[in-house]
Amino acid sequence: MTALLEVTGISKRFGGLQAVHDLSLTVLDGEILGLIGPNGAGKSTVFNLINGVYPPDKGRIVFKGQDITGEPPYRIARHGLARTHQIVQPLVGMTVLENCTVGACFGRAHLPLGPAREVVREAAEIVGLTDRLDDLAGQLTTAGKKRLELARALSARPELLLLDEVLAGLNPTEIERMITVIRRIRDGGIAILMIEHVMRAIMSLSDRIVVLNLGGKLAEGTPREIASNPDVIAAYLGEPEPTAASRGV
Amino acid sequence: MAAHKSFQGATEAAALKSKEYRGVSPIIWHIWRRPFTWLIALVGLAFALLPALGDNVQLRESLLLAAVYITLASNLNIVLGYTGYVNFGNIVFFGLGGYICVYLVSEWLWPLSAAALIAGISVSLLALIFGLGILRLRGAFFALATIGVNEAVKAFVSNFEPWGGATGIYLSLEVYEPLGGPRQALWTVYFLIVAVMTGSLFLSYAIKSSKFGLGLLAIGENEDAAAVLGVHTPLYKALAYSVSAFLPAIVGGLFFFKTGIIEPGGAFDLTRSIETIVMVMLGGLGTVTGAALGAFLYEELRGVLLTTEAFSHFQLVIAGLLLLGIVLFAPGGLMGFIYGRWPRVRRLLA
Repeated sequence: MTALLEVTGISKRFGGLQAVHDLSLTVLDGEILGLIGPNGAGKSTVFNLINGVYPPDKGRIVFKGQDITGEPPYRIARHGLARTHQIVQPLVGMTVLENCTVGACFGRAHLPLGPAREVVREAAEIVGLTDRLDDLAGQLTTAGKKRLELARALSARPELLLLDEVLAGLNPTEIERMITVIRRIRDGGIAILMIEHVMRAIMSLSDRIVVLNLGGKLAEGTPREIASNPDVIAAYLGEPEPTAASRGV
Repeated sequence: MAAHKSFQGATEAAALKSKEYRGVSPIIWHIWRRPFTWLIALVGLAFALLPALGDNVQLRESLLLAAVYITLASNLNIVLGYTGYVNFGNIVFFGLGGYICVYLVSEWLWPLSAAALIAGISVSLLALIFGLGILRLRGAFFALATIGVNEAVKAFVSNFEPWGGATGIYLSLEVYEPLGGPRQALWTVYFLIVAVMTGSLFLSYAIKSSKFGLGLLAIGENEDAAAVLGVHTPLYKALAYSVSAFLPAIVGGLFFFKTGIIEPGGAFDLTRSIETIVMVMLGGLGTVTGAALGAFLYEELRGVLLTTEAFSHFQLVIAGLLLLGIVLFAPGGLMGFIYGRWPRVRRLLA
């Protein structure tokens, strides 16, 4: 397995807040890397730094061996990096099909309109939106919009997918379905870096997990290692009672 | 890794198919087969034939103004409706195109069509340069900057002696000779303006049906999300701004050639800019039909108001009230209302 994304020593400060501090992480080809941490740990900022929404103050981001530090989002998307947003960003006045076509036309796939629609149909089928293609994005439910985010990112045929809390706000049945979808995407050869608060999901999906706290890395390891790491339990999972750790696994 | 191949494999097939689309130029192919294309052609034909058949000069003059405004509104719609940027100073393209064309015809004795074409190209290039600069601004700041551009150009032209400064340029009757004398020239210019109007409608429609248009619409919906999806937002916005300058500049050239005089006040009239915005919003932001219909209806309404004694001084008051009413009660304009009531119409029109 080679490294697809290598983040080395990135930092970002917003005024008086050091949102991310000297963070390094690596996503390998074809793996699911979980990114967890308490609220305000800087997880979403890490995503925004990786996909170019903000340039990092310090550090380097290398994707597929190419330095993409400081490049704007539209260029990074073309390299093959797609993402979903924690707060969904549907193009509300456009249909689901049109939303995803934007992804297929302008992302890594960079297809003309006609073939783009074919790719969108595939992506819609993977996430289960096939029968909503002609609906306006604004009319979808929360779960529908989350799926749209995923379908749109997938339509770009990315090599790395950043998922920012795609399970938040979904009910248990929807979560089960989404977990299956995410597995399917990984099995299709797309590496995934995901932020998630639903512990059961992240523990079962991730190959490895990085734990953030106060903008820096607290721990890194397999889900089993993370669940039994005393620092993580203290900072994130709650009071160090043995039951909490076993429930996490 | 085998599963990887299958997902990517299917999409490779789709990518291969794209070559076929490229071969026949997908947009031309797409719009050629659409009834809307023929509707546009029909409108153009009606504009050309109706006054010509009866040699009806009065009708021609009224339709000429409508055709000019349909051109301005359709092109403004590319920036305002598709991309979501309020260009308050859109009239600068019209005025600057008018000046360049009139100057080339009167001083350099260029033929009209060449002068108008050069006016279109040069204004379009200028807009590209301006666009790359001011389109970094968003919302109200962009709107203010466009007013600034119009006022700056107006101030420059007012002091630019080769273009006659504040008094402007008057065309001598001789310039109409190559077109068969003033009377015949009026008809020729009218037909050219109708052609430019038809071209504007085609352009609006072609852009809306294209990948370029999809990118613009995505920017209009949510610029940040569009960038994350890979739309090169700075370039796309500048291109939209530049493209939307081309035909208005040409129509400005033709219009001021026809009136025989161009001066800064008439060429860079901010009121006309605002009226064009009202037209687009009246018809329906982002719709090809709406921009054209809004321009036509507003122009006809104004014609009625101007010739009605009681209202002749209230034309702008009415425009203001109309804009207020649309923004408050019908943000989708006429087409928004029609599409809402009869969704099937959406498939036929654009």
